[in-house]
Parts: sequence; C-alpha cells; structure tokens
Amino acid sequence: MADDLNAVNGDGTGAAAGGDPAAFSDGADPARPAGIPRSYAQGGSTRWTPGTIADIQAKAQLGRYQIRGFSTFQRQLPTFDDLVFQPATMTRLPLEGYRESCDTKTVFGEGLGLVEEPIELDIPIYIASMSFGALSASAKAALGRGASRAGSMTCTGEGGMLEDERAESKTLIYQMTPSRYMLDLDHLRRADGIEVVVGQGAKPGTGGLLLGMKVSERVARMRSLPVGVDQRATVRHPDFLGADDLQIKIEEIREATDYRVPIFIKLGATRPYFDVAVAAKTGADVIVLDGMEGSTGASPELLLDHTGVPLISAIPAARRALEDSGMADKVKLVASGGIRSGVDVAKALALGADCTMIATSALIGLGCNSPRYLDDYAALGTEPGACHHCHTGRCPVGITTQDPELETRMDVEAGAERILRLLTAMTMEATLLAKACGKSSVHNLEPEDLRALTLEASAFTGVSLAGIDRPFEF
Amino acid sequence: MSDEEIRAGDRPLRQINREIREAVGAGRYVRVTEPLSRHNLGVALPPGGSVTFDGSVGYYCGGLNNGAEITVTRNAGWGLGEAMASGRITVDGNAAMSVGASLRGGTIHVRGNAGPRCGVAMKGGMIVVEGSVGHACGFMAHAGRVICLGDTETAAGDSLWEGEIWVAGTIRELGVDARVEEPPAEDIAEVQELLASLGIDDCGVAWKRIVSGQALWHFKSRDAQQWLMI
Repeated sequence: MADDLNAVNGDGTGAAAGGDPAAFSDGADPARPAGIPRSYAQGGSTRWTPGTIADIQAKAQLGRYQIRGFSTFQRQLPTFDDLVFQPATMTRLPLEGYRESCDTKTVFGEGLGLVEEPIELDIPIYIASMSFGALSASAKAALGRGASRAGSMTCTGEGGMLEDERAESKTLIYQMTPSRYMLDLDHLRRADGIEVVVGQGAKPGTGGLLLGMKVSERVARMRSLPVGVDQRATVRHPDFLGADDLQIKIEEIREATDYRVPIFIKLGATRPYFDVAVAAKTGADVIVLDGMEGSTGASPELLLDHTGVPLISAIPAARRALEDSGMADKVKLVASGGIRSGVDVAKALALGADCTMIATSALIGLGCNSPRYLDDYAALGTEPGACHHCHTGRCPVGITTQDPELETRMDVEAGAERILRLLTAMTMEATLLAKACGKSSVHNLEPEDLRALTLEASAFTGVSLAGIDRPFEF
Repeated sequence: MSDEEIRAGDRPLRQINREIREAVGAGRYVRVTEPLSRHNLGVALPPGGSVTFDGSVGYYCGGLNNGAEITVTRNAGWGLGEAMASGRITVDGNAAMSVGASLRGGTIHVRGNAGPRCGVAMKGGMIVVEGSVGHACGFMAHAGRVICLGDTETAAGDSLWEGEIWVAGTIRELGVDARVEEPPAEDIAEVQELLASLGIDDCGVAWKRIVSGQALWHFKSRDAQQWLMI
C-alpha cells in the first residue's frame, strides 16, 4: 500500500523524511494509518455483502434470475414475535389452563346460508394447498391421513386430485387455479370445498412454477403437459378477469357442486384491505389470505423476498375490510404464510383470523430438513436445517420429489402420525394462551389480548403498544 | 322435435339447471325457452341427452360439460363450454371471450365469430369457429385444436405448448413463440373429415397451422443439473 502511494506521489511533495508520505517519525505503521478500522483493510461492505457479490456473479454466469424453493431468506420481517399476549390478571378472569376446556371448533360455509354441507373442523389449523407435483404422492397421502386424524383438512393444490389423497382425507378442498390442470367435474363433486386461487403469498402476481425435473410422466399426464419441461402456469384465470366475473364463476361452481360445499378464494396479501373488501362481495364463503412469508415449491428468488406484505399486517387490514363491507359475519377469514407454532396461530386468531393454514410447518413436521440421508443433502450443497432445494426435486427425505426412489423415504403412516401430533401440539399451545387470556373459545381471542413490543408492530397491526396501552399513531 | 320444454325466464337458476340436468341425464332432448342471456345455464351436464337454448345465453353456458349435446340458437357469453370434458356445443351466432377455456375434450362449434382468448389453456378437444377469432387465440393451449375458417386477430397462438391453431383466412399477427407451418396432407385430410362431420366444406382452402416455436426458455431447460447449481 505504502509503495503504491509513493508511486502516485512520486515527486515527494508533502512527504515526511524518507520520502514516504504516510510515514511519521513516531514509528506508526505506515500501512495502517491510525483511525481507519480493520474492516477498511479487510473489506466487508454492508452493501456489497458476500451474499450480494455471489448473487451478482451467479446472474452474470447464468443470464437469468435464480429459482429456489422455500420462503423469504433475505430480510428480517416483522413477525408475530413482536406481539405478546396479556393474560387475564385483575381486570379479566383466566381459565384453568390445565383443566378447563377451550373450544377450537371451526366452521366454514355457514355465513351466507347457501351451503348445504358446511365444513366443521375440530381445530383452527389446517394443511394448506400443496400440489401433487410439488409434493410426492406419499407426502400428500401422509398429510391427508394426519390431518383427518386431527379432525382437520387438507387441500389438493393445483395438480388435480389424487385418489390416494381423496381416500386418506376426511375433508379435502379441491383447488381451481388459473391453469386449471385436470379440472374434472367428478373431482369437483367429490371435494368437500372448492378453492379458487387468485394468488399466493410467496409469489403474488405470478403463476405456479414446477421445474422440469419434477414433471414426471404421472405429473405430466395429470396436467396435460410434456414430460420434463418446466411448467410455468398462467397467472390470469382463462375465463374471468375481475370481481364481477368471479361472482358469476362462483355461481357456476355452486351449480356444478349443487350448492353442497363452501367456496374459498385464496389471495396473496398485497393490498389486503381493498382485495378482501372486493373478494368478500363475490359470494365466496371463505377468504384465504396468504402473507409474504408463505413458501413455495419453486419461485424466482426475488419474488419470495420482495413481494407482498407480512401476514401480521395483512390480517388486521382484512378484518377491517370485512367489517367495513358488512361481511364480517358472513365470510370467514383464513390466515396463512409462515405460521410456525400454536403461538402464531393464537396471535393470528387474536388479530382477526377465523382459522389458520400451515404448509412449511407441516412439511417440517413430516421430516423436511431432518438429519437423515446426510450424503444427499451434501450432494445438493446443503445440510439439514438449511435445505431449500424443493425446486430441484431431489428432496433427501422424499417430500418434495417425484423420484420413485426418494419418494419411498416418506413413510405415509409415520408421516401421518407426526402430522397428528404436530397439529395436536399446536392446538394445545393456542388453547393454553387462550385460556390464560380467559377465553373459552380460541375464536374469542381479540386484539385487546395483545400488546405490541415495537412501534412497527403496533403501526402495522393497530395493536396497543406496550406501556402506553394505545396503538401507535402517526 | 324436443321431448320437453323448460322455460328459463326469471325462474331460479338452480331450478332451471336441475330440470335440464335431470332431463339430459335421462337421455331426453329438451328445449329451453327464454334463456334471456342468463349466466351459467346448462352447467355441468351429464351425458345422455341434448338441450337447445332457444335464444342467447350468458357466461359459462355448458361449462364443465360432461357429455351432453348443447345448442344455442343465438349468441353465447364468456367462457362457453369452459373445462368441458366431453360432448358437443354448437352456437349458431357469435361467442364472446374465452370460448372453450381449458377445454379437455369434446367439440365446440361456433357458426359466427369468437371473441378473444378462444381456446385459452385448452388441454384437448376441438374448437371450430366458422367466422373469425379475436386476440390471443389459443393462448397457452396445452393440447387440442382450434380450427378457424375466418381470420385471427393479434397474438395468435401466444405461448402455445402442444396445441395447434388452424387458420383458413388471414393471420393478423402471431403471438410470442408462435410459428406458422404448412400442415402435411394427411393432417389436412383429417381436419377436412372433422369439418365434414360438422357439415362444413373447406372448399380446398390453403390451411395454415400455428404451432409452438418451442423457443421460450422453459422448453430449453431440460437439463435438470443446471438448477442444482443454485
């Protein structure tokens, strides 16, 4: 370094004795002037982090954006952790957490009086829509069997209905996505509910994505696609554009299913207040709101990190929209996207959701990222606890794969048992909190049971800030 | 002559459709009077019989059809025969947007013109339009055939998978990744035979066929290994 400076100031102007401009007679190291921190010499920019550098270099090599599975990586989003419950003390009376009961029954399809067979779940948690294609058939069957045992339900996802899954699931929602893969009248009529997908939290505004290595012969046949070619699904529905048309579409689905089952609309949380207000008027029974933390089997990475709003901010906005549009008693609200525990479930319910939906948590419950088959994790360049390679179809534990050999690693019975225990544990967590807050039903949880620990959480949710006991206002 | 007559008018939709479904399921031929362009008429019909709507129908007529024969004597609204699995739908007039959206099987025959996105995301079956079709005909069609005896508008055959669009008239502008080819004689003979079964003579017109150029990158990324790099 010092030599370089000498080269620049070759004329020796301003230089100390000896001709070195940075050298002093007190013996200070000329290569490291005092006051310049170590990081200056070592690099370590907060803007051009090793991750950013690697990302740019990868794009310079690949000529495209990067695709991966799983959820948001890059940033610390505001989470439910910024909210805490305020159990009953002097002004409210708690219930005995270990003795008294707390109702968890959740019903869909009662509000509008149109549905002949409303769905009744024993718990306020169900398994979200994940397609056969993204998931292996054995994982789908395990989720169906486990959810049924827990008195809950699951959803087909966009790849059509699997016979295994139908047989294993007491209650099964059939999904109608813009791509309409294998949209079959018989399947529609055998479903216990129909979900019209307008968007998903992981990547709102884009269609489904299934990379070629997961488009096996069976998947391709069900979706009427060529084998082994990336499936990039449509994002707009082929036969309706706006809310007015969707209203007619919903009537068509009711006609096709003879007004038997409830109809869900799934939205990625982007402008939750406005979107929910509009969706509530389309005649659907349930609105599913998927926050930006929601995961996916494969997505351009930028969408996972940079689109949508966090679930914590979406739920209160959606609840307000239902109330303002006069639909609060008629339309149910399901919250999903990054729900990790019964604590998150309880907080989502307190903020205004009627039910929650889990997907990544369910897969982790099945054994995603569990420390087995370590060599296969290593072959993907990852390790248990950090794997996000759902998109490659090389899932070491046989969950997000179509490989016939890997798929056998997912034991349906063991997986089902794990799902049952996970749902049971999460429900226990939620009811413990509800009872501490003095609620005989989880559905009685309310924003007043919460306090926000940060200004952001309070501003996002309208929940009272700890200490001042009123919401933060600008 | 029809076996029975059902009046639509302003009666509850559910009741009208239930009566149509029962009659068609029993193999009868019903005539529906005063359809008044109402939406969702003749949705999810079973195989067996046939139904004629004596007038115009609204959205999603014949949607999710599972084998019935449906005739509309005037015009049809959006999503005619959407997601039909099998059966036949004939419209004597024009049909609006998204004719045969995500069609899986069967035949839709429009004697007049069809609106935009005709055959969008179709996965099988055949759509025959005697007039012209609108913008983005066959958008993202997975499989099946749209046969247009008139002209196509802009973005014809945009993002096709393995579906194909046959055009007798002028192709105003192709969509992304679409390419026009001259179909082989045996395919032309097959299409002529299909048309003849609908009572249509193509008068030996020079057919053009729009197929996928397969140049979009998802067609090229068959090498799974490259995704493992990330």
